[in-house]
Amino acid sequence: MSELLPQNQLDEFKAKANCADHPQELIVDLLRAIQTECGWVPDHGIDLVADVLGVLPVEVEEVATFYDKIYRYPVGKRVIHVCDSVCCWANGSEDVLDHLQKTLGINLGQTSADGLFTLLPTCCLGACGEAPAMMIGLTTYGPLTPERIDQVLAEIREEAGG
Amino acid sequence: MNDYPQVLFKNRLPGETVTLRSYEKTGGYQGLRKALKMSPNEICELVKDSGLRGRGGAGFPTGIKWSFFPSKAPGEKYLVCNGDEMEPGTYKDRQLLRADPHQLIEGMVIASYALQATAGYIFLRYAYEECAQNVERAIAEAKAAGYLGENILGSGFALSLHVHRSAGRYILGEETALLNGLEGKRPNPRAKPPFPAQRGLFGKPTNVNNVETLANVSHIINHGPVWFQELALTIEGSGTKLFGLSGHLNRTTCFELPLGIPLREVVETYGGGIRQGRAFKACLPGGASTPYLTAEHLDLPMDFNPLEEVGSRIGTAGVTVFDETTCMVAVTRNLVQFFARESCGFCTPCRDGLPMVSWLLDKIEHGLGNHDDLCLLAKQVQNITGRSFCALAEGAMGPVESLLRLFEQELKDHIQKGQCPFL
Repeated sequence: MSELLPQNQLDEFKAKANCADHPQELIVDLLRAIQTECGWVPDHGIDLVADVLGVLPVEVEEVATFYDKIYRYPVGKRVIHVCDSVCCWANGSEDVLDHLQKTLGINLGQTSADGLFTLLPTCCLGACGEAPAMMIGLTTYGPLTPERIDQVLAEIREEAGG
Repeated sequence: MNDYPQVLFKNRLPGETVTLRSYEKTGGYQGLRKALKMSPNEICELVKDSGLRGRGGAGFPTGIKWSFFPSKAPGEKYLVCNGDEMEPGTYKDRQLLRADPHQLIEGMVIASYALQATAGYIFLRYAYEECAQNVERAIAEAKAAGYLGENILGSGFALSLHVHRSAGRYILGEETALLNGLEGKRPNPRAKPPFPAQRGLFGKPTNVNNVETLANVSHIINHGPVWFQELALTIEGSGTKLFGLSGHLNRTTCFELPLGIPLREVVETYGGGIRQGRAFKACLPGGASTPYLTAEHLDLPMDFNPLEEVGSRIGTAGVTVFDETTCMVAVTRNLVQFFARESCGFCTPCRDGLPMVSWLLDKIEHGLGNHDDLCLLAKQVQNITGRSFCALAEGAMGPVESLLRLFEQELKDHIQKGQCPFL
């Protein structure tokens, strides 16, 4: 299972779990660490968390499937979360989504053919003053215009090696 | 541009985060020094006298909440800071933690001392990674300076603080769901009673407060309850409030303003008026679950009581403004879609009721509704309000109830015209 997490991180989590009064409290941390490494949380990631924390896989699964920022299906290298809550909606989030769908050639819930981008909706990002906004990875972008979106996508493409 | 006294934002500079040294220069951690010389009970009384009410939306008086806490009970007791902040239109805690995170740390140490809590947790939403890093840095600085950890400032009081990074979902802002989230359990809300003060995190007494609420505590200790009361413009109110402006305003930033400031001043002076010279139509005064205010409410003081008197709530004071070209049926549909998607699915009024309301609003918005649908909509508000397991579905009915009350004609126009009149 070593491809899920670098050995030093795994050892760190094991050490933390060993001295914690309630190891289960590390579930979200561990799921997020695996996702940072793998891009998503595969089934054997659930098993690894259960194993390290001494809980049942189902106890991990019911947590993993609750959160919308934990991916239990493969996603692209970068997940774009487009805010569709009220402040962004009032400032044109539907146009943002249209532009992203056209530019990437995908619909919500899909991954671009090059495997780089997955497009998902999200509720309010707490960027209401910078509406319309989107989040890619842990970075929030806003206010968005078609030009700004193209620029952000280009930067990420470049980062990912063209 | 802001002439009112600045308390929480007094150190705020664009693009910067206050370090321990500059925080100390403007009186930082003086409140803690003062507090540690007082008895825990004296602090609770002082916070009670200040009139501080919860800044996370519900507005419960903080001192009274603290007085219910079994601070003398043996064993572990917890203070939890709720930094989920996922109510659409709300981004004030993000601004606070971006600008000056030590206020939260100092407030949490004082609150923990007052409650005799043994550990504190700071729960932060997924999107606030920058805030999480700021808070972690502040914790490390405070620890190194003796404001946190063992034997704080030689008082014998000890406290450790932990940061929890969440992974999305609005329901985690509900305090018992948040506790399940912290424990690594599926974060459905818990039944109340027992209240967290009796059985909270890991079954131990737990007090949950919002970021902004806790950040006010050191200032109250430092300057006294009367000073805090006088910050507000209303007689019964107290303190300043962080107003996060959004929607169709010229300026959509976050301001620290006195509670009781007229809505008109918020919109015109701070929001810079409505974009493109248009007219004000309505606003959500404090997040997605607070009933709408209209132009007739523009002279209302923005404080807890005056807004409750007109059937709304100040909530988080995230003010989202809509101009005259906005269809309020469409706004309400967007809000209900949000709540329906964020429902945890545990109870029927929420899981099935919210999609039903969303479907009705969608039908009306598309010009396919009839008068029976309006009756059904009103009926659903009754069916859901007060009948859900937690406050999520009830909150979702805030905008729907006020749509029916304030925009009845707009609903009828959709039906009569057979299409949205704003198309």
